[in-house]
Amino acid sequence: MTQTLQLKINGSDLRLDLDDPRATLLDVLRERLGLTGTKKGCDRGQCGACTVLIDGRRVNACLALALSHDGAQITTIEGLARGEDLHPVQAAFIADDGFQCGFCTPGQIMSAVALIAEAEAGLDPERIREGMSGNLCRCAAYAGITEAVLDATRALALEEERAA
Amino acid sequence: MKPPPFDYQLADSVSQALDLYARSEGDALWLAGGHSIVPSLALRLQAPSLLIDISRLPELMGITLTEEGLRIGALATHAQILSDPLVRTHAPLLSEAAAHVAHPAIRNRATFGGNLVLADPASEFPAVVRCLDAVFDIVGPEGARQVGVEDFFLDLFTTALEPGEILRSVLIPPAPASLRCGFDELARRHGDFAMVGAAVWLVVAEGVTTEARICFHSVGPTPMRATLVEEALRGRPLAADEINAAQAVLGNDLDPADDVTLPGATRLHLARVLLGRILHRLAGQTAMETAA
Ligand SMILES: Cc1cc2nc3c(=O)[nH]c(=O)nc-3n(C[C@H](O)[C@H](O)[C@H](O)COP(=O)(O)OP(=O)(O)OC[C@H]3O[C@@H](n4cnc5c(N)ncnc54)[C@H](O)[C@@H]3O)c2cc1C
Ligand code: FES
Ligand code: FES
Repeated sequence: MTQTLQLKINGSDLRLDLDDPRATLLDVLRERLGLTGTKKGCDRGQCGACTVLIDGRRVNACLALALSHDGAQITTIEGLARGEDLHPVQAAFIADDGFQCGFCTPGQIMSAVALIAEAEAGLDPERIREGMSGNLCRCAAYAGITEAVLDATRALALEEERAA
Repeated sequence: MKPPPFDYQLADSVSQALDLYARSEGDALWLAGGHSIVPSLALRLQAPSLLIDISRLPELMGITLTEEGLRIGALATHAQILSDPLVRTHAPLLSEAAAHVAHPAIRNRATFGGNLVLADPASEFPAVVRCLDAVFDIVGPEGARQVGVEDFFLDLFTTALEPGEILRSVLIPPAPASLRCGFDELARRHGDFAMVGAAVWLVVAEGVTTEARICFHSVGPTPMRATLVEEALRGRPLAADEINAAQAVLGNDLDPADDVTLPGATRLHLARVLLGRILHRLAGQTAMETAA
């Protein structure tokens, strides 16, 4: 039975016909829409490589049955940059060497964007590490990741101050 | 795609959900946050022909304070349990434990009800709600029924819920005055399933423990009450000697089996360490403000 799924992905409204309800949001992003920035690491919730924002909150797309998210707004790594300019979290990951192979990086960055928005960790490295604990990095770039989150938190706060 | 084939239907109301279930002739599963079901289908541990999505049922939503206590809808996410001000005030043990349940992204979608119904013996919430003497509000084809927590967790991944029944909400009775409570666990990495965890709920009047409920997870098939420890504490001052005595009898309450991750004796030792840690913390604390 074909079912219709409506999503707003990175600002664009999409209508998709799904002929198989087994598809996860991760399958839809990667295989139907070609948005391969979101990675499939473990496909069972344990690595965080598939982290996206659903209605502004970070969620593991591999655990999200696509049909159950009909009507949702999704932001993926492809939707972060502002035109030619990188998002401050993306820029900070480059400046602080927050990666080596880069496979976990889209998930790390989406998780970091959400962590900063949650405003629970502030500039406390221990709380940042805890807040990022669902995102594994096989290259162990953790030190750079924590630095990047710290720098991006400062950069975003500055941006907000200037805008006010 | 890895799961066996299934159909999917979104339910708009409890009665429609029950109707869909009846028509499936028992070959359906409820889908809430999906964070246990999606991987378990991918591993082909289950093969229902239909998933009935109950994640938008208004009857299962909301956290409200009533005369009988705090009512928590089954669809409350772990993240809501962690941050909801009513939970913080009236069931602080739950918010304290929520910080240990999985990682932030998972907490945004996994539900309180799904976690309790799954009844994973390593799960935090079942131990906490046993400490809080919760009452489960269940609805099924025969109507609604209430089940007390002492009759809810029956065995490994097994509860009193019959196939086709839905957990609507959980009621946490009002906290008594002079309550002191604490939750802690030992895990290899923050957010991982715990090697052992404990929830402690004490009424301490003028330095003397008058009521005690202590419940462990990850040490047996269900959340385990340590009734002999409770007895050892009751009627005595909450002080170092009494805490030592309570730790000493824990081995009569718990008998964790050896498994691939830890020998049972190590698990018991860790449980004893954790119990001491929490009790000492509570001994140094004055009674929490209860808003009851
Ligand atoms: C990487 C990872 C780490 C985790 N770590 C922890 C942890 O440290 N501690 C912990 O406790 N849990 C942990 N979990 C489990 C998580 O909390 C589960 O998601 C949760 O236990 C199930 O909730 P859900 O809403 O996703 O349920 P679902 O997957 O939707 O459902 C689970 C089961 O409950 C049934 N069900 C759901 N809701 C209802 C209802 N209202 N009435 C009747 N039946 C219902 C479903 O039919 C299904 O059988 C972890 C999960 C992952 C993926
Ligand atoms: S691919 Fe989703 S958590 Fe690993
Ligand atoms: S950069 Fe290689 S896995 Fe993280």
